[in-house]
Amino acid sequence: MRQDLTHILRWIQPRARVLDLGCGNGEFLALLRKERHVQGTGIEIDEASITEAIGRGLNIIEQDLDAGLSNFPDQSFDVVVMAHALQAVHFPDQVLEEMLRIGRECVVTFPNFGHWRCRLHLSTRGRMPVSRFMPYNWYDTPNIHFCTVRDFETLCRHRGIRILGRDMIGGEQGASRFARSWPNLFATTAIYHISR
Amino acid sequence: MDEHSVGIVAPQVARFDKALSFSDGPTLPNYELVYETYGELNASASNGVLICHALSGHHHAAGRHSAEDRKPGWWDACIGPGKPIDTRRFFVVSLNNLGGCHGSTGPTSINPATGEAWGPEFPQPRVEDWVDAQAQLADHLGIDCWAAVIGGSLGGMQAMSWSLRYPERIRHCIVIAAATKLSAQNIAFNEIARRAILSDPNYAEGYYLRGSQRPTQGLALARMVGHVTYLSDDAMASRFGRELQEQGETEAANSAPEFQVESYLRYQGSQFSTAFDANTYLLMTRALDRFDLAQPYGDDVVEAFRQAQCEFLVLSFSTDWRFSPARSREIVDALVAAERPVSYAEIAADEGHDAFLLPIARYLAVFDAYLQRVTI
Repeated sequence: MRQDLTHILRWIQPRARVLDLGCGNGEFLALLRKERHVQGTGIEIDEASITEAIGRGLNIIEQDLDAGLSNFPDQSFDVVVMAHALQAVHFPDQVLEEMLRIGRECVVTFPNFGHWRCRLHLSTRGRMPVSRFMPYNWYDTPNIHFCTVRDFETLCRHRGIRILGRDMIGGEQGASRFARSWPNLFATTAIYHISR
Repeated sequence: MDEHSVGIVAPQVARFDKALSFSDGPTLPNYELVYETYGELNASASNGVLICHALSGHHHAAGRHSAEDRKPGWWDACIGPGKPIDTRRFFVVSLNNLGGCHGSTGPTSINPATGEAWGPEFPQPRVEDWVDAQAQLADHLGIDCWAAVIGGSLGGMQAMSWSLRYPERIRHCIVIAAATKLSAQNIAFNEIARRAILSDPNYAEGYYLRGSQRPTQGLALARMVGHVTYLSDDAMASRFGRELQEQGETEAANSAPEFQVESYLRYQGSQFSTAFDANTYLLMTRALDRFDLAQPYGDDVVEAFRQAQCEFLVLSFSTDWRFSPARSREIVDALVAAERPVSYAEIAADEGHDAFLLPIARYLAVFDAYLQRVTI
């Protein structure tokens, strides 16, 4: 289980209606079903992941996030979650706006490009960082919109998005203490609980 | 016989002496339904799966009637041991709908009031009437609640209708390559098919069974039109391209070169025209045209689906232009808005509408993955 997913759990009320954007093989929805008895729906585009998630007994809808979410009514879910997908969509700000329209609350997680390793990699080698967390080359990566913790909070401020809570993951054991204190430098993954 | 086949099967007939009132008024005093079953009904009768057939379908969905049978049932790709609709788990019921021409009471049956075949006087059923008859069959078989009702195309419309009409009698609804109602274009194709039949002199205003001639030309033409719409442009291109028939095989009177697609369509049409009843074809296409899921619910498809209590799987095929993925999306969106559990996949396939009958790997995988959740 990815760390960010277990961190999100506390923001999900029992029996909530949850929409998971880019749900992958349904790992998180399965956890939510077990721990929170939610009525979950997942959106996914990868064929193998869809089959796997459906095989887990989850409700999965094949849909491309980049083609919009206009088919989902306003405020039709208690929580809309998007874990590690914000950096992979064409228009992250539009997806965020749509999430906030569809869900009363939203949870977003993304890799923090401001992490010191990224900065070090770029400044010393002069090349785009490739790491365990971001294992792709610049030309074949699905991650086309990297941002930093500070970038994200600036966007929230400009768009009037309320940050209800945030949490940071630091990568290695014990590093989350640093990550929470100096997130833009030490967080590998940022987790935000937001609403309108 | 291969291990994934249900093997040799035999149809059965259920007779109902209770009258069935059709939505549009007329009543059938009694009727028969021909059906096949695959697998075993369990002690609690909780593993029943109903298969609803499409326009020209019938009860023979899987297996063979004899070892010499050249072809298995129409949905043999999906029904059998180890297939998505796994007969080791499920008791599968497949029937011929009322008005059909494969053994259930229909235009070729005798009208008890006149002593002659019903012909064009057979009452026009709606999809809902078929569902009511299917519910009678469920009673007859001792099945209070289907584990799943499954159908493609017109069969998908029946499956959806089940979820609204008998919400407590269906746990899962699987809707494949369907729509909540036909588009104008879709109705137009059906009307061309009907005109082809009605304008055949042998149609004799529907009373052709009194004589020895049958409106085979009209029926063949109707099938040809339909067949083109069930295939995609790409499928026809890759299958036939612009290849010509070999000399000697051409039937054209003026011996002009003939494209393979022409002789293929003519063959399909002529095969169908000797195996199918023209009045049944008219009746089935009209039921298809008139189906409108939301109409009894103030034309509000979301309100309609609020009646449902089951879970849904909706599937579509990328090159299906007769029942396009967009139409399936409308179903999914309405189910989401009605807060009903739904899964949806759009299967990439070149074969057009016909894809729902074919063993396409991803289709079978998703279908199979979904049915794992159906408890018995």
